[in-house]
Amino acid sequence: MSYQTTVIEIADLRFAWKKQARPVLNIASLQVNRGERVFLRGPSGSGKSTLLNLLAGVTTPQSGVLTVLGQDLTALGSAQRDHFRAHHIGFIFQMFNLIPYLSVVENVTLPCRFSDKRKHKVLAQADSLEDEAIRLLDHLDMAHADVLHKPVNELSVGQQQRVAAARALIGAPELVIADEPTSSLDADRRTAFIDLLFRECGNANATLIFVSHDNSLVAPFERTIEFEQLNNAALTEQPKLKAIK
Amino acid sequence: MAIPGLAIKSFRNRKFTTGLTVLSIALSVMLLLGIEKIRQGAETSFTSTISGTDLIVGARSSPVQLLLYSVFHIGNPTNNISKHSYEDISEHPQVEWAIPLSLGDTHKGYRVVGTTTQFYQHFRFARGQKLQLEQGEWPGQTYDAVVGAEVAAALGYKPGDKIVIAHGSGDESFITHKDRPFKLAGIMKRTGTPVDRAVYVSLKSIDTIHQAYAGDVHDHDPLMAHGEHAGGKEQGGLSAILLGLKSRGAAISMQRNINEHDHEPLTAIMPGVVLLEVWQMMSVVERILMIVSGFVVVVGLFSMLIILMTSLNERRREMAILRSVGARPAHVFILIMGEAVFLTLLAIGLGVAMVYGLMVLMQPWLESSFGLYVVISWPNTTELMLLMIIALCGFVVGLIPGIRIYRYSLADGMTIKI
Repeated sequence: MSYQTTVIEIADLRFAWKKQARPVLNIASLQVNRGERVFLRGPSGSGKSTLLNLLAGVTTPQSGVLTVLGQDLTALGSAQRDHFRAHHIGFIFQMFNLIPYLSVVENVTLPCRFSDKRKHKVLAQADSLEDEAIRLLDHLDMAHADVLHKPVNELSVGQQQRVAAARALIGAPELVIADEPTSSLDADRRTAFIDLLFRECGNANATLIFVSHDNSLVAPFERTIEFEQLNNAALTEQPKLKAIK
Repeated sequence: MAIPGLAIKSFRNRKFTTGLTVLSIALSVMLLLGIEKIRQGAETSFTSTISGTDLIVGARSSPVQLLLYSVFHIGNPTNNISKHSYEDISEHPQVEWAIPLSLGDTHKGYRVVGTTTQFYQHFRFARGQKLQLEQGEWPGQTYDAVVGAEVAAALGYKPGDKIVIAHGSGDESFITHKDRPFKLAGIMKRTGTPVDRAVYVSLKSIDTIHQAYAGDVHDHDPLMAHGEHAGGKEQGGLSAILLGLKSRGAAISMQRNINEHDHEPLTAIMPGVVLLEVWQMMSVVERILMIVSGFVVVVGLFSMLIILMTSLNERRREMAILRSVGARPAHVFILIMGEAVFLTLLAIGLGVAMVYGLMVLMQPWLESSFGLYVVISWPNTTELMLLMIIALCGFVVGLIPGIRIYRYSLADGMTIKI
């Protein structure tokens, strides 16, 4: 699985929340190659989150081809898809990325609790999960004692996002998906965070899907996908909500 | 697996609110179990208000009535037993001892019981305990009296005090036997039985003052009907006799014997049997207590449900994060469900510990003040059943937020909508 070049393969994909409803997603074709850093741009409500849920195997499309890392996700049961996600995909959310009752290190090692594969990958290189977590945090300039032992909700938003990045990267998942990870950061920190993410994805040889509506972040990405062009069932075709009088 | 560890950490994170919930359920468990323990203790204490007495004999009446006036000093005998019958019975070869009781007089609202030294020697209560003196000595003279602990405490008596008894059972009696005051010889130790609330004098003194009194009445109060006293104490009649037999096995035949007594219509009862009957008459109260404490448990579980439900919305984010790292909806369900079960079990454990702790602390006090002996033993089947039912309820309560979060996590996926 690790030598294929196509990481995401989508063809004629349709998805609707209910069977009879208008499809939210209608994607004729999408290919993402290994190691690519893709900027997926689109306004909120355009179905980006739905696409991420499909890529992660949380939901399945009504029709079409959906292959991630060579695995046909439509052929898997929900339990297998959950395992697949645990093994191969790292996530970073917009905000509130951390489990409040876990320590910084426990938050970072969380994926290894659900994926033996990632746990073994970590243990093949490091002595313990904690060591690897601290190594990753150190790369993100987060391994100071005062940061490590703080309750996570006392960290600044920027620090929280860096912990989330370490969690997404632990155990070297092949695909990292970041859903508006910088929207709660100020401009300086945004660039710094994206640099960090690039460096770490590069080190881990991971493919990065970076979702945002913020045009100012496009520059460093080698590829940009306009979501509204990708999705034929775009917002413009749908009836607009009536304005409240 | 990852989930139990997460559940415990999540619990620790919210230890204040969850701690309060656990405490409230634990208190309700304690209440429920405590009431059950006290109920059992009360039943044992009640049914052993009198022990060692094989039969109680009185004039023909209902067994409950006979028990109530002879043991609990509630109500009055409809008729008396003649001295002749008393002698007959006490001389029966099966009878080991016979305690005559003569009721009808009072002292400041407390019952005065005329009896013999047999009473102090043979009367037993609770688990075969003997009457003991707190102060003073057992009566030696005809006009000596002994009072129960409650009488002494309420009226502030000490040995050597003079007391006057009154005819009749009212609190305020106009006819007192002032000419024959009694000397308080001793005060008995607390028994937790009606003995505490009675004054004991000799049968002989009762007879004597009533003979004198009967004369008085004829002299000064011609309106008082003589018939009222016919067959009464003036003739040396008794209210009841407590019997100890040589062998317990003889109780049934002896009972029949007395019930078919030729000389006058009598009733003999086995106190244990009738005590249980009376207790069962009061079982409504005990059932109400159980229902009330059951509701307290329900309230406790509801507070847990409320806490779990209100935390769900803020925890949807947490669930989405868990989903993103590979948790299945079932994991999320178990996390919430497990928390409810864990909290309930913790609360039950704590509640049980509190009940036993309290029992150890309060056992001596309960026994000395209320005559209530609570047995500290492993939970019996009823109690285990109660605990199981509570655990099951906690499980069911956990299902509600569990199913809810399961649905959320299916619908939300990793999209954090909040």
